[in-house]
Amino acid sequence: VKIEVRYFASLAETTGKASEVIEVDEQSDVRSLWKLLTERYGALAELHYRPLVACDMQYCDWTESLRGVREVAFLPPVSGG
Amino acid sequence: VIALQSDPIRTEAVLQAVCGDSNGAISLFLGTVRNVNQGRNVRGLEYHAYGEMAEREMSALRQTALERFDITSVAIVHRVGPLAIGDTSVAIAVSAPHRGASFEACRWIIDTLKKTVPIWKKEFFEDGETWIEGRPEGQGSSDSGH
Repeated sequence: VKIEVRYFASLAETTGKASEVIEVDEQSDVRSLWKLLTERYGALAELHYRPLVACDMQYCDWTESLRGVREVAFLPPVSGG
Repeated sequence: VIALQSDPIRTEAVLQAVCGDSNGAISLFLGTVRNVNQGRNVRGLEYHAYGEMAEREMSALRQTALERFDITSVAIVHRVGPLAIGDTSVAIAVSAPHRGASFEACRWIIDTLKKTVPIWKKEFFEDGETWIEGRPEGQGSSDSGH
């Protein structure tokens, strides 16, 4: 299935893009998607923190299944305010 | 009122949004852009947001505050895009029958917003720029803020 992956702030600079469409198998979860991305972008594997993740704009765990999910966003620790 | 906007925040409008005859108090919090962060001179900064999700999270904060505190209404407005020193980056207004609840709710909202709403700040210094990142979850909130 196709998933829209979005990157924000420093993660967008690390990957060089704000979003992309990634093909994953239906059994995937967030963790397996991230693994695939770290293979594509080596610098993601070297982050000193674990990003927050949101599936369809809801914060979720790394074990969240991607079944039925359309958009996954990886978020650095937030710094608004 | 819940808003992310690139236009300057009009404090009067934020206050107006929470006015009402049953209120005995209104607390207003303004976050402003400081000229120094961790010993470096800041020239300006830029806020980026995951827009739609940030608005959802701000709405959820408002809803939770209304359930948790004895308050009447809440308005939260956050800027995005480039800001100059002294600009207001965030405004939170809370009205309530009594001041205790409005102060507490206002404090809770800004503290929680800084930990949960997907907005990021990039600071521009005289000698470069850097993304400010809060502390990862479970380690307390960023101390780089207001």
